[in-house]
Amino acid sequence: MLRPICQFLLFLPAFAAAAPVGFNSHIRPILSDHCFACHGFDANSREADLRLDTAEGAYAPRDTGTAIVPGKPDDSLIWQRINSTDPDEVMPPPNHLVTLDDQEKALIRQWIEEGATYEKHWTFLPVEKPALPDGTHHPIDSLVTSHLEPLGLGLSPAASRETLIRRLSLDLRGLPPSPNEVNAFLADNSPDAWDKLVDSFLADPAFGERFAWPWLDAARYADSNGFQNDAERTMWPWRDWVVDAINRNLPYDQFTVWQIAGDLLPDATHEQILATGFLRNHAINGEGGSIPEENRVNYVFDMTETVGTVWMGLTLNCCRCHDHKYDPLSQKDYYSLTAFFNQTPVTGAGGDPQTKPNLAVPSVDQRKEKEALLAKIAQLKNERDTLAQEVRNRQTAKPDSPWQCLAPSNVTTSDPGLSFRTLNDHSLLSSGNNPNQATITVQGTLPVGPLHALRLDALRHESMTDGGIARSDSGNFVLTSFEAFLVRKDGSRTKLPLQKPQATFEQGPYTIASALDGNPETGWAVYDGRPIDRDHAALFQLANPLQAQPDDTLEIVLRHQSRHPKHFLGRFKISLSSQPNPPLGDPAPDTVNHPDLQKLDEAIKKEQSHLARIDKETPKVMVMADRPEPRKTFILAVGSYQAPGEQVSAATPAVLPPLQHDSTPDRLDLARWLVSREHPLTSRVTVNRLWQTLFGTGLIKSPEDLGVQSEIPVHPELLDWLAADFMDSGWNFKKLVKTIVTSRVYRQTSQVDSLALERDPDNRLLARAPRYRLPSWMIRDQALALSGRLVRELGGEPVKPWQPEGLWAEVTFGGGKKHYVPDTGEKLRRRTLYTFWRRISAPPMIFDNAKRETCEVGVYRTNSPLHALATLNDPLYVECARALAYRAQALDASNPIDAAFTLISCRRPTAAEGRTIARLHQDALTHFQSKPDDARALLAIGELPISETMAPEKQAALTTTILSLLNTDEALTRE
Amino acid sequence: MTPLLESQLLTNRRHFFGKTATGLGIPALAHLLTSQAPASEDRVLEAARTIAPKAKRVVYLFQNGAPSHLELFDHKPKLAELNGKPVPASYMEGKRFSTMSAAADKRRLLNSIEPFGKHGQSGATVSALMPYTAKVADDLCFIKSMHTDQVNHAPAINFFLSGFQLPSRPTVGSWLSYGLGSMNENLPTFVVMTSVTKGTSCGQIFYDSYWSSGFLPSRHQGVKLRAGASPVLYLNNPKGIDASLRRRMLDGIASLNEERHTAVGDPEIQTRIAQYEMAYRMQTSVPELADISGESKSTLDLYGPQVHEPGTFARNCLLARRLLERGTRYIQLMHAGWDQHNSLTTELYNQCRDTDQPSAALVQDLKQRGLLDDTLVIWGGEFGRTPFLQGTMENRKRWGRDHHPYAFTIWMAGGGIKPGITHGASDDIGFNAVEDKVHVHDFQATLLHLLGLDHEKLTYKFQGRHYRLTDVHGHVVKPILA
Repeated sequence: MLRPICQFLLFLPAFAAAAPVGFNSHIRPILSDHCFACHGFDANSREADLRLDTAEGAYAPRDTGTAIVPGKPDDSLIWQRINSTDPDEVMPPPNHLVTLDDQEKALIRQWIEEGATYEKHWTFLPVEKPALPDGTHHPIDSLVTSHLEPLGLGLSPAASRETLIRRLSLDLRGLPPSPNEVNAFLADNSPDAWDKLVDSFLADPAFGERFAWPWLDAARYADSNGFQNDAERTMWPWRDWVVDAINRNLPYDQFTVWQIAGDLLPDATHEQILATGFLRNHAINGEGGSIPEENRVNYVFDMTETVGTVWMGLTLNCCRCHDHKYDPLSQKDYYSLTAFFNQTPVTGAGGDPQTKPNLAVPSVDQRKEKEALLAKIAQLKNERDTLAQEVRNRQTAKPDSPWQCLAPSNVTTSDPGLSFRTLNDHSLLSSGNNPNQATITVQGTLPVGPLHALRLDALRHESMTDGGIARSDSGNFVLTSFEAFLVRKDGSRTKLPLQKPQATFEQGPYTIASALDGNPETGWAVYDGRPIDRDHAALFQLANPLQAQPDDTLEIVLRHQSRHPKHFLGRFKISLSSQPNPPLGDPAPDTVNHPDLQKLDEAIKKEQSHLARIDKETPKVMVMADRPEPRKTFILAVGSYQAPGEQVSAATPAVLPPLQHDSTPDRLDLARWLVSREHPLTSRVTVNRLWQTLFGTGLIKSPEDLGVQSEIPVHPELLDWLAADFMDSGWNFKKLVKTIVTSRVYRQTSQVDSLALERDPDNRLLARAPRYRLPSWMIRDQALALSGRLVRELGGEPVKPWQPEGLWAEVTFGGGKKHYVPDTGEKLRRRTLYTFWRRISAPPMIFDNAKRETCEVGVYRTNSPLHALATLNDPLYVECARALAYRAQALDASNPIDAAFTLISCRRPTAAEGRTIARLHQDALTHFQSKPDDARALLAIGELPISETMAPEKQAALTTTILSLLNTDEALTRE
Repeated sequence: MTPLLESQLLTNRRHFFGKTATGLGIPALAHLLTSQAPASEDRVLEAARTIAPKAKRVVYLFQNGAPSHLELFDHKPKLAELNGKPVPASYMEGKRFSTMSAAADKRRLLNSIEPFGKHGQSGATVSALMPYTAKVADDLCFIKSMHTDQVNHAPAINFFLSGFQLPSRPTVGSWLSYGLGSMNENLPTFVVMTSVTKGTSCGQIFYDSYWSSGFLPSRHQGVKLRAGASPVLYLNNPKGIDASLRRRMLDGIASLNEERHTAVGDPEIQTRIAQYEMAYRMQTSVPELADISGESKSTLDLYGPQVHEPGTFARNCLLARRLLERGTRYIQLMHAGWDQHNSLTTELYNQCRDTDQPSAALVQDLKQRGLLDDTLVIWGGEFGRTPFLQGTMENRKRWGRDHHPYAFTIWMAGGGIKPGITHGASDDIGFNAVEDKVHVHDFQATLLHLLGLDHEKLTYKFQGRHYRLTDVHGHVVKPILA
């Protein structure tokens, strides 16, 4: 459907410099806003069978004329209709949201006059590196100034060095510069002083922490599931991986591939699998009564849309229910993309915050301890086996049980790659291939004497799915046939008829009797709606009890031929009874018995429980994997899991470059496609988001949407130059950052006069530096850093700083009420990145941030009074102010206020500011001198011990003054 | 940007691209510099506000957990007849239920546990469980044909409040804040209070998403007032800093900010000063709001004994009235504990005890103060409950009903609503809404209409799309308009 547009474009003349109206620049935004909803890409909602988003549609002759006749506006129906005064005729129709204004109409007329040429939306075109208008300047400066000069404008002068180092430090590290860093920079007169500063900040581990924050927002990272149960999860090793990957400058293409498909890389490393936690950061609904498939489908949607937003800036969610109204993305495109993620083995059932597939990420200590334990267990088992063998050789007495194990002498299977080995308890354990169907034949010598019944123990093992009984999706099996044969010494083979089967549990219609009915489609199974957490057993009576002779062999044939794949017994044991009608009871005991064996068993058990405890404590990160059997993907009508329609296969949208793949495309192909040089969106989206991080607003102001409805920026060629350069550099993120911050554009002052403000209030021209409030987390980190008490430890479990009481309890009810227990000591003073993020009750000190429910990449900057209340009254800020007071006092006992001011803003106060502050300080001092109890109360806030070298009222006054300084606009702002 | 500058910019950028090697130059666009101005938002709001408003304020008494319409308002004599019998198959076709329900053949119809009576001149049907509501029935409009798309709590509540089942969209209150603005700059425009009946075994959680501003600017987000000494987080000054010292701090901060403004020229600094002043005013206005010592005994008695206990639904209803008087636009009182899967004969009584009297009191109190005329009061949950039993007939103590999206009842009163009427009906066993069906989106469209907003035109552009509270659905329910 889209190909014709592209071909059409090829015939377009190169851009006509003299033409004042362009389709992408002027016309598409108008048509998109006013016409495409009914006359656009979405065939299902297209009115009057007219589409105006393609030249073919617009130029096609119709019964009543032609919508657009190039060069002839008066002959064009759209010109007539947009100017009609008849309410039945006029377009857009009167009930449309907004009408065309005269300027818009004039542009349309002019565009038609000039030939009504169409162009593909610019962000879907390949990224070409624009030539630089002036090769002698920094590329960014020359691209920006090329737009400013004709307007009689130029870049603003550089900001002061004090402002610059604070700006750069906050932008690159999210922390203010230290006094030493400031002094060194101010004293460095070398021409590369700025470069050196940039390099040192890029090398600071705080860089990774700073840039991890927007990534965590985009990745909807949280430390709990969300929804009603909101169970606590352990995804934080993934968060630490992000910080580390950014710090060591993992190229962005690998950063991408690992997070989307690290598990599918050949010989995937632990780290590459860990990275896929990105996709699993979505909320999980464990609400009682919720429908698993509905949940699962929502998770798949979430993964798809998150990738769409983060890498492509596409609003894919629009296509859940219908073709996109604006972008050339069909509903089928959407569901074809979901097919990549639809291969998840996750079922949507339950609210396990470590829902498999998961990856244990032990700490160094845990790993060491575990290795030691495993070695010890292996040694104990070895001792035990040796002893058991000795005992078995000596032992003749049979234990007191109706059941006796059959010692298998030979096991064969229908699949040569599937093998069984005998464990110490005579059970058989499978390994190797995991075929969909399996027939297992076991032989063993019969003890001489009567044989009345056979017993089959279906046993769990840690190597089975969820520790169950088979390597199937659920750990369940379906035994479709159980047969017994007597094989005599002479080779004769007689089938032993079986009757009166019994089982410990039967799963609905999957009864034990089905294993005897000769029907390969029916069988015995034991799933009861939860992971298989116990062993099962069945017994069969011999219709004709027999008297075994020496060298008689029993042969058991177990068939698993149901339609359920891989549902065969992974571990089982055959036992015999010489008694008539034996009870099912306990399984046959191990045939060996010895007090030393018992001791060894206990020792092994003890070590194993220790091991289990370590495993339980080891964080498990939910990661990606694909099911062995592909799951079919369908278009879901209105996005409902209940309404599957046409089947689709994994594919990427036709408007974008073709996907390269060998066989059925998978997530790895998708990830590699995203970072291919031809992909028009990934680099643009990434550069745009980085620009937003460093300048407060993206070059395109909607980082979540680079589609047809997005604005076309003032500096598109700057975006393209950076995008191309980013790819050409091997997706070198730190280099990209450095390129930007070493430009004059970045280093301009943010001061603005009223004329410039009026001309360009939102600073889209970039003729000055932006000035904006810091994110709430950075304000908090800054306060901690200025206090001198920030704990600069990287990574680890989330921490719980102070928060008002009762917030968690308010969102939980009944016996399971969750209470927030704040940490103490150093954990109170970590960077905000490490604060525990409960999804249904986000940290209250965070304002204007992504909600971490779904992927969000925008910035929010409102000026809520609630934020002001937090920075004025939160004990954390009060304690930081006091700590900063002590720090300032130590730096300059004669003028601690000036010292504190300089720490906060990296500059000395002006004389007027000095007077204002001195007045405030004097007021505070007077207050506390008259109210010494107030001074003591203020100083008691926080854990920091009260200074013994300064009078309490002086401390309190200084604290109050500095708390005020921390709340000035300058302190809260990136200047 | 002036047209002249725009045109110069445009020409230059074209020139630049004309020189690039590719020929696929991206045309220069100064267009956006004008089209992105907030003027476009003003245009949307102007277009949306073309209806004469009937109400200025809303108080939404949201009953989390889904009250049983069959116990409270929707009397079905046929249920008495069919008590204990299986649900006829014709009612069940194609229906989906929560996975907590029993298999289809085990679903037995259950009669309402308490008798109904006719009340007021309007003769409204109200259960004996709701005696106070019965007394104000002539002021209420019951909608008995509500239906929704969602069968579980959180998605259904999100759907009711934001028009979408997953958390991420703006909720009603934030749409009103965006569409109509503030009426009192000392208090938030959108306030939320929550409560739960004590000892409830199945209380639902109050998620932040229920008062989220979604993609609207976060100043439109609901502010949760909490019970206790600090109704707003971080409202109180640190110990040792009293109001006078705080005032001096703020004066100092403002002076420093003014000086900075002179130096750097950023108008945002004025916004910062205003932000801190608003914070200061809230420190006074919120405690004043929460202080009910000036309320008369008769008023307090009206709301019932629990009004004396902070954090109860009764207290929240009284605070809601105080907020409405002070110009808060939209108040969302949420009360949890209605999820009677196995507690119809036990906890349901407590729910009614805790909410019936205060809800009725709020209507009466607003009426006697002349506020009901332009205040819209809404009472209802996220869906209804099944006409069939959850549990066994033998064990009356554990009787319950499961989630039921196909028919339920809400009531509305006040600004612009016809009092003393019943709109719509469910079928003879209360299973499906059949007469004058009202979908959640219709309800939302009607709510906005009463406030003077056209639900099709109140939009916000996000991700390239003009989003609405009612998505692409919804019709104003005209018969209930006064």
